[in-house]
Amino acid sequence: MNLNGIEHVALPRNRAELPEWSPGTAILAGGTWIFSEPQPSVTHLIDLTGFNWPPITVDNQGLHIAATCTIATLNRFAAPADWLAADLIQPSCEALLGSFKIWNAATVGGNICLALPAGPMTALCSALNGVGTIWQPNGTTRELPIIELVTGDHQTSLHPGEILRSILLPTAALHQRTAWRRMSLTPLGRSAALLIGTQDAKGSFTLTITAATPRPIRFEFPEPPAAETLANAIEAEITTTGLWFNDIHGAPDWRRHIALNFAEEIRQELTA
Amino acid sequence: MNLNGQLIAAQPAPGQCLRTFLREQGCFGVKKGCDAGDCGACTVWVDGEPVHSCLTPAHRAAGRDITTIEGLGTDAVPHSMQSKFLAAQGFQCGFCTAGMIMTAASLNQAQLAELPRALKGNLCRCTGYRAITDAIAGLTHVEAPNGHDFGRSIAAPAGPNIVTGTSSFTLDVAMQGLLHMKLLRSPHAHARVLSIDTSAALAIPGIRAVLTHHDAPTKRFSTARHEIVTDDPADTRVLDDVMRFAGQRVAAVIAETERAAEQGVQALRVEYEILSAILDPEGSPHTLAKLEGGIGNLAQGLAEADATYEAEFTTQRTQHVALETHAAIGWLDEAGRLCLRSSTQTPFLTRRALADLFDLPPEMVQVEAGRVGGGFGGKQEMLVEDIVALAVRRCGAPVQLELTREEQFATTTTRHPMRMRVKLGATKDGTLTAIGLDVLSNTGAYGNHAEAVLFHACSESVAIYRCPNKQVSGRVFTTNIVPAGAFRGYGLSQTCFAIESAMDELARKLGSDPFEFRRRNMIGPTDPMISFEPAPPDVQIGSYGLDQCVNAVEQSLAACATNAPKGWFQGQGMAISMTDTVPPNGHHSCVTLSRAEDGLFDLAVGTSEFGNGTSTVHTQIAASVLGISPANIRLRQSNTDLVEHDTGAYGSTGTVVAGTATLRAAEAMHARIDAGETGPIATHGVYDGSRRSVSFNVQGFRVAVHPSTGELRILHSVHAADAGRVANPMQCRGQVEGGVAQALGSALYEELRINAEGKVTNPTLRTYHIPTCADTPRTEVFFADTHDSTGPFGAKSMSEAPFNPVAPAIANAIRDATGHRFLATPITVDRIWRAMQPNLKGSHTS
Repeated sequence: MNLNGIEHVALPRNRAELPEWSPGTAILAGGTWIFSEPQPSVTHLIDLTGFNWPPITVDNQGLHIAATCTIATLNRFAAPADWLAADLIQPSCEALLGSFKIWNAATVGGNICLALPAGPMTALCSALNGVGTIWQPNGTTRELPIIELVTGDHQTSLHPGEILRSILLPTAALHQRTAWRRMSLTPLGRSAALLIGTQDAKGSFTLTITAATPRPIRFEFPEPPAAETLANAIEAEITTTGLWFNDIHGAPDWRRHIALNFAEEIRQELTA
Repeated sequence: MNLNGQLIAAQPAPGQCLRTFLREQGCFGVKKGCDAGDCGACTVWVDGEPVHSCLTPAHRAAGRDITTIEGLGTDAVPHSMQSKFLAAQGFQCGFCTAGMIMTAASLNQAQLAELPRALKGNLCRCTGYRAITDAIAGLTHVEAPNGHDFGRSIAAPAGPNIVTGTSSFTLDVAMQGLLHMKLLRSPHAHARVLSIDTSAALAIPGIRAVLTHHDAPTKRFSTARHEIVTDDPADTRVLDDVMRFAGQRVAAVIAETERAAEQGVQALRVEYEILSAILDPEGSPHTLAKLEGGIGNLAQGLAEADATYEAEFTTQRTQHVALETHAAIGWLDEAGRLCLRSSTQTPFLTRRALADLFDLPPEMVQVEAGRVGGGFGGKQEMLVEDIVALAVRRCGAPVQLELTREEQFATTTTRHPMRMRVKLGATKDGTLTAIGLDVLSNTGAYGNHAEAVLFHACSESVAIYRCPNKQVSGRVFTTNIVPAGAFRGYGLSQTCFAIESAMDELARKLGSDPFEFRRRNMIGPTDPMISFEPAPPDVQIGSYGLDQCVNAVEQSLAACATNAPKGWFQGQGMAISMTDTVPPNGHHSCVTLSRAEDGLFDLAVGTSEFGNGTSTVHTQIAASVLGISPANIRLRQSNTDLVEHDTGAYGSTGTVVAGTATLRAAEAMHARIDAGETGPIATHGVYDGSRRSVSFNVQGFRVAVHPSTGELRILHSVHAADAGRVANPMQCRGQVEGGVAQALGSALYEELRINAEGKVTNPTLRTYHIPTCADTPRTEVFFADTHDSTGPFGAKSMSEAPFNPVAPAIANAIRDATGHRFLATPITVDRIWRAMQPNLKGSHTS
């Protein structure tokens, strides 16, 4: 929709051209969320697409995904054969509520910074130990695991004026075996529970719960846990703190039930 | 940018989206359904890739190649996908069609193989998607005319314009000097406006006027449009100083641009005195209407029964979600007439209301509808025309008001939420002895349609059963919530859910098969139709196909070979319904038919076209009488300048009332041609809708339910309709499929939620989920073989009615699968799961 309160759109081509951040400024990546709701408090947009960041880079550290990489581009990425975890990319893209036309515009960074509980890029990058590179307004750069970047429903730990530049999925994480589960109230609707399990060659096991909770929650075990151990960990971390998410996309008691079932299915799949 | 092969030099405004920029360039095929990336009606290609143009920042189109529906192909040289949508008639109202075609034409083989997923960003509210998927698959459903075309699948006259994006909907006109209106809306559910400071708004450049209650007529009216004005209470002002629901208009700002109007709204300062709000109808002291009646003695009937069932059902607040939001453009013509172009089902009744409101002679007001982008009853209201008219009179310039999707959800009208107590009794042999129904309807802040919906809700849903003891009562209350209004089914979908669910439960108690139980108790062709009162004398069973419908659904379910996956529960359910073919108290239509000098015939009708397909039927009726091809009929419609009067396209009257007027005009024409008259001839046809019949609908489902997650899958869907002699099988099938899909939405997903402050909390399509292609099963459709004694060529109406039996049929199937009776809709997956938990209190009883 028209954002009638916007007075200026900046299109910097390099970091030096970044305008000074001020209240009322919003960062524009794909635009698929910003342009989907009235933004009465926003007067200035900084459009990141002018940077022309290469969307995907592979090096010995792993997979570098520019914040402006579109979902469509990520979905087309052909991973090296031994990156078993790359199997998560397509279902994660498909978990986006938006259509494939949204994929042509929506970005990986935008999906993470929007911080929806059901954000599938948040799920993917949290589960695969993703680390965000963040540009700070004073010209410096910091790094932050994605699991710590998204802190709640529409909440992040980004400070005003900070820009997510890219996400690194480390090679070690990409070599892991994975399992993926998703549930929604409607066949292709918004995720009500999206769980990803990983297991590395040494046997260490992680489970990342998203969509059923306001932020991604990760459970790490040096070796595959027993069924009861995993369930107890989930109940202690989420149920006792009342963290099961409650919105129109699913009741919290149902989300708990689904997540516990999926967790056990994932545990069995990865330990089989 | 390069737009459809032409270089465009115009620059967008900062923050402008591509959708509005393209419309400014004259590409009116680019539609606004949601403006939020959910519906896909604005789909265009950027460098060959399809995108939602409402989400695309316009500045990013610089240097790109943009293709819109207008650039895809033309009537003379269509793109193959446009031809396919014509051949299968893959549309009804056509508002979503351009976006649908732009999406479909971009799909690769892998996406075509997974079509429901590929189409998840394209919403259609009319078709139920079968016609669309058939179009994409390249099937042909349209039949070529042969001169005897009533009863054949003749193509809609608007087809070529629809598929090329050139059909003109309400706002698809360019107008010089057009001003834009934005509305300030009440943040409070109940409040008095103490003061409105307009000074800051008026100081903004480009603002032409701010309207408040001081500028509005003191006269009150009802937003509901009925032939009889007094059917609805005159309770609404154009702008009031009392706010009765959150979202009610407080003030209007008219400016040279939408941007300035929006800034003006933000600059208004209003002081409110907050009043106590009533949100629960049980606590409302404001009874608008009540009814009570029946036959026999309910208590005696229950006492005679071997089995009884009693339960309280509720239905939620749902919305029409026509893809085109309410919108109107108003202006003064050279003669000084007040002219309105509006998305309305009732142009003539709206003209009458405006003339009355502004004390103008009717001839000084003209109202027209372009093609209307879906109605479903929502446009049987005057929700924008009154304030646009006020603004036009104040500014003396053309003014446009286009509601946003959020305004549409939060501030227009909904279905009436109802609480229904049902008591049933029957003897061991399965014979009904008692039907009790008590309805509490919540009409929200204003009384539009409140009484009529209540009365209709309590009529056919009960009258379809033969039973010696019936007791029916109902009350409708006002509350401080967004008003309810006319909605497809007009009350019957709510009571049908309650009664048909209860009938299913009673049949179970008796160990009776639900089909057999219905056959034993449903009315036959000569039975009286009795509810709280006997059916009025103008209603008769002009044809009877209920038995055929019940049998067809039973046979289809029995023949279904699709079964639940291993480990899932499986169940079947059915429900029946009856609907009067014409609303009560007169429904009028006037038609003019003239033979032009070029030998073609000009047919002028008053009724609107919003995907109901009546335009096609008018040409079929006239052409059949005259023995010519429908292509030789030029149709003009929905303009108060064309004919004397037309009550409007509501109550499913397009075919049976307006069609009868057309039949009469055509017969007069035929007689005069037969008499050898030469040269131009003009004939008239009028009909008052005084003879009414009933139509029947039966729905069946087979479902699977996952025992652990509650996931629901529809394995089989079948619908049988008694529409009399079917005027156009392709179109009528579409009406049925669309009704089933829309009803599945309200049965399974849709719920407009209201918070403790009385505000709508989910006014977007992301939070109010309507069925997508992936959610909608293919429905087998059967038509009964009947010929009605009241409708033209034996036809009966079939637009609203297919909606009514769907929710109880699926609830009954879920009951069969899970053992749990759902007393409320929507039956969401999490609620199904909760009901199945042994230790949790679910929403079921037994």
